[in-house]
Amino acid sequence: MSTQTAGTAPTAAGADAQSAFKQNLREYGLVLALIAIMLFFQWQTGGVLFKPVNLTNLVLQNSYIIIMALGMLLVIVGGHIDLSVGSVSGFVGAVAAVMMVQYKIDPLLTGFCCLVVGGLIGASQGYWIAYMKIPSFIVTLAGMLVFKGLALWLLGGMSVGPFPREFQLLSAGFIPDFIGPITLFGTPLHATTLLIGVVIVAAMLWFALRSRSARESHGYAAEPFGLFVTKNLVISAMILFLIYMMASYKGLPNVLIVMGVLIALFVFVTKRMTIGRRIYAMGGNVKAAALSGIKTERLTFLVFINMGVLAALAGLIFAARLNTATPKAGLGFELDVIAAVFIGGASMAGGVGQVAGAVIGAFIMGVMNNGMSIMGVNIDWQQVIKGLVLLGAVVFDVYNKNKA
Amino acid sequence: MHDTILEMRGITKTFPGVKALQDVNLTVRAGEIHAVVGENGAGKSTLMKVLSGVYPHGTYEGTIYFLGKECRFSGIHESERRGIVIIHQELALVPLLSIAENIFLGNEQARLGVIDWNQSRRRAKELLRKVGLDEDPDTLITNIGVGKQQLVEIAKALAKEVKLLILDEPTASLSEKDSDALLHLLTEFREHGIASILISHKLNEVGKVADRITVLRDGRTIETMEKEQISEDRIITSMVGRPLEDRFPTRAPKIGETVFEVRNWVVHHPIHPDRVVIRNVDVNVRRGEVVGIAGLMGSGRTEFAMSVFGRAWGVGISGEVLLHGKPADVSTVGKAVKRGLAYATEDRKTYGLNLIDHIKHNVTAANLKGVSTAGVIDDIRELNIANDYRRQTNIRSSSVYQVTGNLSGGNQQKVVLSKWLFADPDVLILDEPTRGIDVGAKYEIYTIINKLAEQGKAILMISSEMPELLGVCDRIYVMNEGRIVGEMPSNEASQEKIMRMIVRGEAKAGTEEQEIRAAS
Repeated sequence: MSTQTAGTAPTAAGADAQSAFKQNLREYGLVLALIAIMLFFQWQTGGVLFKPVNLTNLVLQNSYIIIMALGMLLVIVGGHIDLSVGSVSGFVGAVAAVMMVQYKIDPLLTGFCCLVVGGLIGASQGYWIAYMKIPSFIVTLAGMLVFKGLALWLLGGMSVGPFPREFQLLSAGFIPDFIGPITLFGTPLHATTLLIGVVIVAAMLWFALRSRSARESHGYAAEPFGLFVTKNLVISAMILFLIYMMASYKGLPNVLIVMGVLIALFVFVTKRMTIGRRIYAMGGNVKAAALSGIKTERLTFLVFINMGVLAALAGLIFAARLNTATPKAGLGFELDVIAAVFIGGASMAGGVGQVAGAVIGAFIMGVMNNGMSIMGVNIDWQQVIKGLVLLGAVVFDVYNKNKA
Repeated sequence: MHDTILEMRGITKTFPGVKALQDVNLTVRAGEIHAVVGENGAGKSTLMKVLSGVYPHGTYEGTIYFLGKECRFSGIHESERRGIVIIHQELALVPLLSIAENIFLGNEQARLGVIDWNQSRRRAKELLRKVGLDEDPDTLITNIGVGKQQLVEIAKALAKEVKLLILDEPTASLSEKDSDALLHLLTEFREHGIASILISHKLNEVGKVADRITVLRDGRTIETMEKEQISEDRIITSMVGRPLEDRFPTRAPKIGETVFEVRNWVVHHPIHPDRVVIRNVDVNVRRGEVVGIAGLMGSGRTEFAMSVFGRAWGVGISGEVLLHGKPADVSTVGKAVKRGLAYATEDRKTYGLNLIDHIKHNVTAANLKGVSTAGVIDDIRELNIANDYRRQTNIRSSSVYQVTGNLSGGNQQKVVLSKWLFADPDVLILDEPTRGIDVGAKYEIYTIINKLAEQGKAILMISSEMPELLGVCDRIYVMNEGRIVGEMPSNEASQEKIMRMIVRGEAKAGTEEQEIRAAS
């Protein structure tokens, strides 16, 4: 990411565009890696990977990891780590189960309460980290044990379920087709899904064009036109392909809508909002940030509250998916989440990392899980391969950085 | 007497796209102090890295002869074995180990891997005596000041039986007193036949101790002067390639009403709350005025500035801050910035910049509100502003997207200044704004300071370089042991006068035997 342009003296505008391109180079590489991995498994599984039902499953299986990766990205960019997210999501799932199954509380109210509980858990850990300056590794390691234990205690060591139907819809539901199915090339398609897909792509292209012309009207060179077109075409094609696949199955899963909105929100927060910028500044140099008037303690506190809420949401989604809360829920999730963020290019030292990278990182892990399971690779070897991919991705990053 | 111990001939070192050194020659005679001077980026450090084997044989062209034999070092351990020891600007000591442990780090007094502690202590004591340091070898490095740490580094070099000692900016972070002691030590070594290469920005001290001076510019040897040829003007002319008529830009001061005033300011040490670091300090700065604070390292100037700026340092703070004649609440950095106060730190790498991020983001870091609406950053506005300041302060970089960690010290300082300029303060506290940057960049920084004063800002400038204070400021406070011991208009000030005030202040405070150390 740190690119030195010694020895070249391009015009300022040209250099602007050049470095903007270089900054995004890593994300382009990640997308290509994801595509390559998907094609590899498509070939190895004899075409199962790209079946509509499997693609839908892929999204459902990884949604909670991706949602937590969004919060974890902010935590890691801010220069911290959160080891407790798996336990917290398991604990919140247990809280939800007890509320709905044992106390018959309304699912909507339960969901809301659980998000608040997640926020409070985040606040209780963030307090020690932000204001008492206890290393996050230690605080969240303690949290990991505490909430794992509390989940066990709450459930009495047993599984609690099943849940009311409305709650299951969070994970198992699909958006209703308001328009009604249409048939294209002999396959019936979910029309609302298609419509949403087209609207998203159109909006995306409109924003891309608008920001490009804004740059140009101020005399800054944007990225080369060819690259701009190719990039947007590839992304549009991928989105439309995914939408088409979903539409030919049951349409968009509810979870995907939640996830999509959250991803868009976090991209916006990290790229465009002052609070996002402050998190990067804090992770890059906490002392300099504080001396620039950034309230680093409050910012850390908020980052952990956010993580808690997202871990709670992930816990709800996971419980809804299994339709039961088990004491084992959430076990080891933190490892997948943290791995996704690092595969996505975040730095352990803080200050570096992108939302898009973390999401793609989570998908890379997810596709590998899914593909290897279909291929019948044993769970033991799956772990080995995932571990090596994580190491390889970070080694590749460090190697590139040193070369630059 | 004039036998050569080191001869570097025709050294050329290329990095991808850049010729860092081009046909450089350097000879050092037995038992001389040889100064190497040059602007930042002139190639001094690169040359020393070639000499000490950091860049191994084969990665450069040219030959090195040491004590009559050709050297082909493959690493720093080989050059050390031959008796060439380099002491870097950033000290390589482990803070939580003792002096003795540090002296013998990597060179332990041990048999079969078992350390002989008695032997270690005895030899450490011996070495400490040689460098004139009266400390217990078991004292932890973190508990002694920077000046003493420097001496430990030298003791460490002596432990390796050094024949040629290379010191890279050894006095950059030392007070005048410690610097003098260090330089005196070099002259003592000279009598014992140990030659030194001294790299320094401080031309006055180079002039004092050096037997010969080699000037580098743009990776080439410009000249080597003999003792009798040395003069500050000649060195500067060689360094910058043109005679520098005036080291300080002129300014006609337009001084207005008092903008910033601190009354009866008292600060205690954050780790030892019973220790008073700042005692009843009164300071004021008027509109359009540049006011300097002179003093030695550890006199409390930085601590004073940081405690005023949002209580960023110290505990038990009392006193009053007035802005435009009214008491102002500057109890947090955020409030201080909002009320129009800015503090540009002496340590830009630790406290000033996000080194892994680019210029644009650093420039706007203290005033994100200025580029955003309702928390959403306007990308184009930010880019315009960053480009604007890059032009105004003449930051040399490929674009505003260059990572600040890759910039030279002078350009980093300009980024720090840009950050605070964009915050648009009324009062600007500059802490050692030209530390470790070269002559040309210094001039540019002074020009920026002048421009700010002309715009009517009130500027408080801390500096350890007295000529700089005399050349730039309108009025100078002298600080010692945490109190103001003198104040004078700079046209009545001189280096001698300032020093006398410091010494007199020291005699007063001497009975209390308070040593003020920077918080670690």
